[in-house]
Formats: sequence, C-alpha cells, structure tokens
Amino acid sequence: MLGEYLALIVGAVLVNNFVLSRILGICPFLGVSKKLKTALGMGGAVIFVMTLSGLVTSLIHHCVLKPFGMEYLRTIVFILVIAALVQIVEVLLQRLSPALYKALGIYLPLITTNCAVLGSAIICAEGDYNVVKSTVFCSASAVGFALALVLFASVREKLELAKVPEVLKGPAIALLTASILAMAFSGFSGLGG
Amino acid sequence: MIHVLILTVIGVLLALAIGLVAKYFGAEQDPRSDQLLELLPGANCGGCGFAGCADYVKAMLEGRAKPGCCPGMSAASLAKASSILGVEAEEHERKVAVVCCRGDESVAVNRAFYNGVTDCVNAVMVANGGKACTFGCLGLGTCARVCPFGAIEITDKHLAVVHPELCRGCNKCVEVCPRHIIKLVPAKASVHVLCSSPESFKIKKGVCSAACIGCHKCAKAAKEGQITFNGFLACINYANPPEAEVADVCPVHVIKKSE
Repeated sequence: MLGEYLALIVGAVLVNNFVLSRILGICPFLGVSKKLKTALGMGGAVIFVMTLSGLVTSLIHHCVLKPFGMEYLRTIVFILVIAALVQIVEVLLQRLSPALYKALGIYLPLITTNCAVLGSAIICAEGDYNVVKSTVFCSASAVGFALALVLFASVREKLELAKVPEVLKGPAIALLTASILAMAFSGFSGLGG
Repeated sequence: MIHVLILTVIGVLLALAIGLVAKYFGAEQDPRSDQLLELLPGANCGGCGFAGCADYVKAMLEGRAKPGCCPGMSAASLAKASSILGVEAEEHERKVAVVCCRGDESVAVNRAFYNGVTDCVNAVMVANGGKACTFGCLGLGTCARVCPFGAIEITDKHLAVVHPELCRGCNKCVEVCPRHIIKLVPAKASVHVLCSSPESFKIKKGVCSAACIGCHKCAKAAKEGQITFNGFLACINYANPPEAEVADVCPVHVIKKSE
C-alpha cells in the first residue's frame, strides 16, 4: 500500500515528469521561467490548483460520469469544472487569505486552462484511479512540474550572464536548455517502476 | 439526451456557485472607490500617469498615489477627495502649456513654401517643413486640433499660442508637437522665454528676428541660478523662477510676462 503510493509519487515527480517527459504545460514552462521568483509563484499556484482539481475531477468521474456512462464527455466536463473551480478559489482566496492571493496573483487565472492540470485529471480518469490515489498523483505531478520549472528558471537566470552565440539568443537557447534538462531527467527512468 | 441535461445542469450549478460565492464571500469593495471615481473627470486622459481614472482610484486607495496627480480635477473636488482619503489636502500645482516660440510669419524666415497637408507632423516629414528655423513653430495647428479644451489658438500669422486660462495641463500638445517646442510649466511662473533654439547667434539671426540672442542680460538681472543657458538660449529655472521684471531688460523682448 505504502510502497504503491511511494512508487506513484516518485513516478509522477521524477520518472514521468509532466514537463520533461510527458511534454505537458510547456507554455508556462517557457513563459514564466525567466526569473526564479516568478517560477516559484507559478509552481506554488500549480501545486495548489492541481491537487484541488485532482480531488474534484476524480469525485466527478466516480460519482457523475461513470454511473451515467458519459465518459466520452470527460474533456468538456473537466475543463468546465477546473475553470469554475479556479474562479471560485480565486474569489475565496481574495477574501480569506489576501496574502496568499497576492503571492499567487496573476498565476491563478493563468492556469485555468493549463494543459498540465487537465492532463493529470485525464490520466487519473483513464487509469480509473480512486479518489485518494488521484489526489496524490495530481499533487505529485504538480510538484514535478514545479521542480522542473524552478530548475529551468535557475538555469535561465545563469544563462543571462553567459556569453550566448548571437544565433542562439532568446527562445533558441531556452529550448536547447530544456532539452538537455529533459535528457537529464530521462536518467530517472526505471526508478520506482 | 440525459447526458446533455446532466452537462447543462453541471454548467448551471457551477455558474450559480461562482455567482453566489462572488456575492456572499467576495472581497468587499472599498465604498470610497465609487465616491472617488465620481470626483474625477472621467475622461481617462492618462494625465495622472495611470491607466485611466479607475486605475488611479485604485492606486490612491492603496496609498500608491496622492490625490493631487490628476490635472483635470477642480480644487473643490481635490479637497473632497483628500478628505475621503483622510490625507491632508495639498496644493495642487496647476501646470499650463506654453509654446516656446514667437517667430510668426512677420519675423521668421521661410526657406521654402510648404504646400502640403495642413499638419505640422506631415510638414516635418517633408524635408522638415518650410520654416528656416528648425526650432520654430510651424503654425499648422496640430497642437490646436489635439487640445481637448480648445486652449490653443493659431494666430493669423501662423503661430500657436496657448491661452493659459483654458489650459488644463493634460500634456497632449507637448507630446504631439513634432518640433518639441511646447513645454508644460507651473501656472504661477511669471515669465517664459519664447524661443527654443540653442543655436549660435549668427545662425539664429539669419532665420528669425525674434530669437533669443543669448546676451545674458536677463541672467545678470535675475538672481543666481534663476536663469541658465543652453548654448545661446536662456532657460527659466521653473523650480526657482525669476521675478517678472526680468522681462523688461530683454533687448529682443523674447522673455514674456505671463498674463
């Protein structure tokens, strides 16, 4: 039981890392990785939303979609639910914890339609994970996303000071760096099964 | 059919949930923001440095801006806004635009006859306009057309003149003038130099008989630091403006007293 969850977490964070191995959520990965500080903010917001959406979507999957045999509407329902959820969380956060709201700031609405969030929910539904397992899987995936984002941002911060050849400046060197990072992460394959 | 119904129900429920949460648990809006918004002109001119009146109100409530930044606000509204915010009412320094050139057709030389679209920006594009002095007012009225308050008049001799009593200091003419000769100055400053050319006396004299000749008489009449020189051009130090009497010593009458 414990071993199963450990394997699930290690698998989601390192082996099948959302960004570097499944190639999901590339837009924020490239967009908000210029500074370590914004990367941390985005990482925090993604962990928060993905855990919540994993819980809610798996509940919907088990209580609504499966009994009525409407799994084919999964994508639409999940997008709808995730977007609404983020909106509600945003409003509540603004009232209950203005400090956290300020820290997450613009990143919360940005991830309403993030494919990593939808992707994790769909993977859970596809594997027919139970509610606890999907929540754990989604939060672990989000941690993996945050880890990749933070690593990439710190590399990019160092790159600002490096002497980059003219042709590779900007997005080119960022993509090259991402690919090297992804190759490094492929070293984890086989770990945890 | 039932699937469509369920999907609709989910959608409606979610919409209701968002609406209810926003209504009952939403962050309370500061009641002062509506009052402040009413006091502002609502022209969204951007003169305060923020993106429109609503953004400026937000900045004021967060303490990022003072109530005196709006150029279009009347003194009474400003006092009210200050009392709403609970800050001390400060003197709002009124600024007005002034066209720093008095070279109309009777005194300035034209090196070419411009016969294009009646617009200064266009004229500058065509070989820098007809006027020989490159710091001179072209008098084609671009600034007058952009002024939202009708405060700029183009005289019969093709020179732009700002009527300070109508000017609200919105900075629009300053931005649009292709020669960059309109300046925003404190309304209480008593004198202005109506020339913008720092070029040498010889060049200036050849193109305009109303130019500042750089004789330094005004600087000697004023106190130290009140008038500085940029090349052959006298410049009023508006942080420490000289007395109006300085205008009397100018041999070419390029220093003008404010009305």
